[in-house]
Amino acid sequence: MRRLWIGLTYAVFGLLIVIPLARIAVGAWAEGWGGLSAAILRPHALHALGMTGLIVLIVTVLNTLFGVMLAIYLARASWLGDRLRRLVNSLVDLPFAVSPVIGGLMIVLLLGPQSVLGAFFGSLGIEIVYALPAMVLATLFITFPLMVREVLPVLQELGTQQEEAASTLGAYSWYTFWQVTWPSIRWGVIYGVVLTVARSMGEFGAVLIVSGNIMNKTQTATTLVYQDVENFNLLAANAVALVLAAVSIALLLLMEWAKTRRGH
Amino acid sequence: MHIEVTGLNKHYGDFHAVRDISFGIAKGRLIGLLGPSGGGKTSILRMLAGLETPSSGEIVFHGRKVVGLPPQERGIGFVFQNYALFKHMTVYDNIAFGLKVMKQSKALIRERVLSLVALTGLAGFEHRYPHQLSGGQRQRVAFARALAPEPQLLLLDEPFAAIDAKIRQELRSWLKETIARLGITSIFVTHDQDEAIEVADEIMIINKGRLEQKGTPWDIYKHPQTPFVASFVGESTIVEQVARLKGFESADARIGTRALIRPEYIEIGKPGEFRLASATEPAVVKQLHFRGSAWMVEAQVGELTLITYRSLEKETLHPGEEVRVLVHRAYLFNEGESWIMENGLKEDPMPVHI
Ligand SMILES: Nc1ncnc2c1ncn2[C@@H]1O[C@H](COP(=O)(O)OP(=O)(O)O)[C@@H](O)[C@H]1O
Ligand SMILES: [Mg+2]
Repeated sequence: MRRLWIGLTYAVFGLLIVIPLARIAVGAWAEGWGGLSAAILRPHALHALGMTGLIVLIVTVLNTLFGVMLAIYLARASWLGDRLRRLVNSLVDLPFAVSPVIGGLMIVLLLGPQSVLGAFFGSLGIEIVYALPAMVLATLFITFPLMVREVLPVLQELGTQQEEAASTLGAYSWYTFWQVTWPSIRWGVIYGVVLTVARSMGEFGAVLIVSGNIMNKTQTATTLVYQDVENFNLLAANAVALVLAAVSIALLLLMEWAKTRRGH
Repeated sequence: MHIEVTGLNKHYGDFHAVRDISFGIAKGRLIGLLGPSGGGKTSILRMLAGLETPSSGEIVFHGRKVVGLPPQERGIGFVFQNYALFKHMTVYDNIAFGLKVMKQSKALIRERVLSLVALTGLAGFEHRYPHQLSGGQRQRVAFARALAPEPQLLLLDEPFAAIDAKIRQELRSWLKETIARLGITSIFVTHDQDEAIEVADEIMIINKGRLEQKGTPWDIYKHPQTPFVASFVGESTIVEQVARLKGFESADARIGTRALIRPEYIEIGKPGEFRLASATEPAVVKQLHFRGSAWMVEAQVGELTLITYRSLEKETLHPGEEVRVLVHRAYLFNEGESWIMENGLKEDPMPVHI
């Protein structure tokens, strides 16, 4: 019986992950190294990969800063009042509950050229929707819960006593954060960073809606794969997908390592 | 540091945890806050430290009002109930923390930390992490860490609660000596009366958010001012109808009077052992329990069961044996008052009012 379950687990794992991955690799390799590199070195493919990289970088930095900050407020700021904290705490999970496409749509409705805000920024010459800012916003919306949900439980489990001890020893909050709190939440933050990178790299729906998928301008790696598939250019689609998959696997390994260190 | 607290109150939501507490502590004294769990001891300590804001009341350290000052500016040391050591720092870095905050020179920090390490008997453990230490060692690290910045007031929350009974004994006397040597005003919380009696110069009994009594251990034992204090400190039996005991017939004068009788107020023995046989009362030995240094005897006197001790040196009693008991005194109380009454047949015919 136990054997059966283990076998079944492996079968599902193979069916869902290994076989598709192998198919992508084989597809990308259909014309050997030449075809693969040609597909990736297409100027708009390089631009799309660069775009993805840029979004990942900005989103990860912002999400780490704001995520850690919000986690600290939720865990420590008793002056905020229980009710407000509970409300914010449940709002944090909103992006988990809302489909990314709808998240993207909300951004278009709020900040699109037809909206009040969008028109205002437009008059200043700042493009938001169908440009980088909205893509960053959309990705930030999708990834926001990841950091908070990683760090908040660590902070709650840590408790306030070590920080209180530091305060009775004369240390103020900034010093206490770096000397006392940070070493304890460090691995949680790193884990949150890895999750954020992985998630923002792979985001498709929200980005597709707010970006308009404009080649050489707002196209990202995932929306390029989508376009290549639409154009029956399977080799190119597989090649770009392989790059994304390779980074994801590297992240996965990093994540495993971070997880084992998190306990320390 | 001289401490003066007046009208201290603390509410947590609707819950009134500390009720109108006032006291003063002279410089260099070691004070024990004693009382049952949930009484508000930790809350009082945290308000002194600045970790909690009083709902009302005044706290004055050495002539300076400190309510509103953050813990960083109060010049206190705090030893937490579960020590709250910095778990990713070595013993050395834990103790050095407060000195690093003060931006002292490396050499000075080193000198001070090593002297504290020596004082607390932690030499050789400087490079260990808290999880590599025993409970007693952790407690001493917490103590050394709190002392390092030379606080004016040391606050300790149940410092021995998490330590084995045997080492606890050693640590208690060590702590008492060390604090006496340093001459630092200290307040420690405990729910263990033996600990408070043994360690403290003065005890404050805290119950349900109120300060029931403040005094030396001997004072509190000898002259309890409330029934709670009388029953909480020392052992005792509550007797409803004390007038039935010989020598206490007049105790009924005030209605609702009950008595609290400590084992050491009662003498038990064979009929021939008493000088004042007229004041004694017949009793039957109900049960005997061996208590290491004495026999604990449950004696049946009419309908009452009294508990007392009998020296191992005296002839051993047996269950069912007919004996005599002499009740020397009783602590009497009713709704509003409490007083001590000596056995009327023994000597003084007048009860002593306090
Ligand atoms: N932060 C808090 N919020 C709400 N109630 C509290 C808080 N801290 C303590 N209490 C309550 O106040 C009472 C006194 O607690 P405490 O001061 O810890 O007592 P003690 O240290 O004597 O056991 C308890 O009933 C406790 O539940
Ligand atoms: Mg307590």
